[in-house]
Amino acid sequence: MAELTSLHIKVGGEAGFGIMASGLLLVRTFSRGGLKAITINDYPSLIRGGHNVILVKVANHDIFATDDIADILIALNRETIDLHKNEMTAGGAVVFDPESFSVVTTDFPKAVTLVPVPLMRLAKEQQGDVLMRNTVALGATLALIDYDFSFLESVIRDQFGRKGEEVVTKNVNLARAGYDFVKKNFPQGYPRKLGPQPVKPKQMVLTGNEAVGLGAVAAGMKFFAAYPMTPINGLLYYLAGIAEKTGFVYKQPEDEISGINMAIGASFAGARSMVATSGGGFCLMTEGVSLAGMIEQPVVVIYGQRPGPATGLPTWTTQGDLHFVLNASQGEFPRLVLAPGDMEEAYYLTGIAFNLAEKYQTPTFVLVDKYICESYFSVDLAKMQNPVKIERGKLLKPEEQAQEMELKRYLLTDDGISPRPLPIPGNKGGIFHANSDEHDEYGYSIEEAHLTKAMIEKRMKKMAEAQKEVPDATLYGEADAEHTLVGWGSTKGVVLEAMRQLTEAGQGKLVNYLHIAWVNPFPVESVKRILSSAKHIIDIEGNHNSPMADWILLKTGIAIKDRINKYDGRPFFPAEIITEISKFK
Amino acid sequence: MSMLNDFKTAFMPNWCPGCGDFGIWGSLKNALVEKGWGPTDFCMVYGIGCHGHMVNFLKSYAIETLHGRPIPVAQGIRLANHKLPVVIVAGDGDTFGEGTNHLVHIARRNVQATMIVHDNQVYGLTTGQTAPTAQKGFKTKSTPSGVLEDPVNPVAIALAAGATFVARGFAGDIPGLTKLIVQALSHKGFAFVDVFQPCVTFNHVNTYAWYREHIYSLGAEHDVTNRASAFEKALEWGPRVPTGIFYQVEKPTYEDQTPQLIKEVLVEQTLPPQNLTSLMEELV
Repeated sequence: MAELTSLHIKVGGEAGFGIMASGLLLVRTFSRGGLKAITINDYPSLIRGGHNVILVKVANHDIFATDDIADILIALNRETIDLHKNEMTAGGAVVFDPESFSVVTTDFPKAVTLVPVPLMRLAKEQQGDVLMRNTVALGATLALIDYDFSFLESVIRDQFGRKGEEVVTKNVNLARAGYDFVKKNFPQGYPRKLGPQPVKPKQMVLTGNEAVGLGAVAAGMKFFAAYPMTPINGLLYYLAGIAEKTGFVYKQPEDEISGINMAIGASFAGARSMVATSGGGFCLMTEGVSLAGMIEQPVVVIYGQRPGPATGLPTWTTQGDLHFVLNASQGEFPRLVLAPGDMEEAYYLTGIAFNLAEKYQTPTFVLVDKYICESYFSVDLAKMQNPVKIERGKLLKPEEQAQEMELKRYLLTDDGISPRPLPIPGNKGGIFHANSDEHDEYGYSIEEAHLTKAMIEKRMKKMAEAQKEVPDATLYGEADAEHTLVGWGSTKGVVLEAMRQLTEAGQGKLVNYLHIAWVNPFPVESVKRILSSAKHIIDIEGNHNSPMADWILLKTGIAIKDRINKYDGRPFFPAEIITEISKFK
Repeated sequence: MSMLNDFKTAFMPNWCPGCGDFGIWGSLKNALVEKGWGPTDFCMVYGIGCHGHMVNFLKSYAIETLHGRPIPVAQGIRLANHKLPVVIVAGDGDTFGEGTNHLVHIARRNVQATMIVHDNQVYGLTTGQTAPTAQKGFKTKSTPSGVLEDPVNPVAIALAAGATFVARGFAGDIPGLTKLIVQALSHKGFAFVDVFQPCVTFNHVNTYAWYREHIYSLGAEHDVTNRASAFEKALEWGPRVPTGIFYQVEKPTYEDQTPQLIKEVLVEQTLPPQNLTSLMEELV
């Protein structure tokens, strides 16, 4: 029996038939066995109908990305075969229901093993319906790779526990029926096995949306407003679901304009506030972002990128909006932008974003994308056990606020940061005006030249102050690699996976990777140092125009000529990165 | 206890002499004194327009928002601190040009806030373009041949959207408007007050004299709990135009129905929450 280090399982079928749910069940099942698993999903912008496919990759080592291949294909309809036959690896296995449609080995360009399982019949024998075929297929798949059934059983128990013991038993029986059928009829199974690991650290299985949500909760977020929009709907569902028991308010506003203005109002009253949206929604928020900049109101904006222009490809991925986030809104004011590259960064940088927003009293962005928002990853629980310490910046004690009837809320200070009262009001004194017009230190509208100049300088000083706390950018891999890839956001995981594959193939010195997670303020010195000593720099971004290369040029003076871009709505795949690198000599 | 002088700032109003804004400003201060509210007891939320200059002439906690956006900002304040009374002062452009959507939604949510709309049928601050409340045929800089559209009906919109307190006042009747604002401030829920506010510079049709000739007060025979009669009154526009309270009922507020706010106000709750570990365990 050959040992396998990783396995790609693809589940395909008609949208609306629980494809996504099957992928998640698999990831949890593998994670509980101590393996690392991820899923990425491709789905059209439809509720029902259309083709859905979910790809689960499982491995006995850390994995950050997946290639678009399938070792095992679970085909719930014939279309799955037609669309994905070319992705099958040699020696792969195809699980399908021979009583629903026919499949022959010559359908596939490479040699595969067919595993016909009467999914529908087995489901009916357990009083299941058409939607429950998936569960039978999952059981069948685990039998093929000889994986301990009890992990799937425990996941099913947790998943369906709320619906009562009858539902749990039925689903366990459905999975068991598939498992037993394969054990009996295909005892040889899939030729390579990937068993549970001896050490099983507790692992969460979560999306970037959930990682951001947990980061916000850990940071003490008290108010969240978000108008539904892919790809941040998962964040909205997650936070709406836990709001009451956790003690914060989620409000679905009438539009994104209202959302950001509500968040600004809540922030004014003293609550840590957040909004989430994608490009189109952010277009509506831009005037509000400017208001937050002007009245120095902390607010965290979670921005999930999806391909534009306009409605674009609503359910696909991109890194196309960097310039927009850096430049949106009228006037000059400081804004801080962080771009997490994985689940841990999504969790920790969201917490840091709340601190930055309050310390510098200005809008702060967490820039993510559909790939990171909606993909599931297994993450060791231990890695998220140290939440970011809550820092609320320069505050006035109630008695300090109440000393005078009127408060210089916008006091001109050396670092541009004015101590703020928290919460307001409730104090007998210390009133002030938060004013969207240019204002004096109390917040009264003014138009004088010298005061206007002083106020703009005050606000921009905060940017210089924030610059002081930027951590160095991280270089992954060997320092003296042939090529240095530079990227940001979710590209990190894919490049690291490509590097892992190269190292495995004895090419560990071919590529290293410079990851930009703090976009603004920017880690100027470390990026300059690393890029100045790099042998050959390649900018890699999921967009057409390489905005990060522009930003690096602006910040460091280093121009990067060689670029890898992808802008078809799909994330990068490790194999194509390796191919692209090989083109540079 | 508070006195009119408590609200005095170092700035003198820069409204045109005779502007209806003076009447609203005076009535609002009278109403605050009558309620016994001092500058620290509530929060003003302004839109953008001539009315918004009030931020400089009324000493209190205040936020001057963007054009059209005072309503969502006020709702955010209320959800974060529902012990804090919120008064929205906005213009007809704020409320029926850029912000109509927000009005509809705050009304149906019944968030507790008092909203006072400066309705002068014209954009004064930008020097005299038409407002959504302008009468058909009204000539302005942006409608030199006269407005083609029918005006929006503020009272009818507020009623249709589900506001639980809907009233109309007149800036030229300070005692009457004061009383109306006191009633609005005392209302539990969203209170909407449209105020006829003569613009002496850009509106030479709807003048103080015009209003005095046309308006009348709704009498005791009008049943304020009857929404259908309120609509009927809202549609009256012609020789006689009603003012006063059109509609008032009590319904649970949005804040009352939010379980997270029952024990204490959001901003006084401790950070971070206690259930982080269990939330993480749920994802294993």
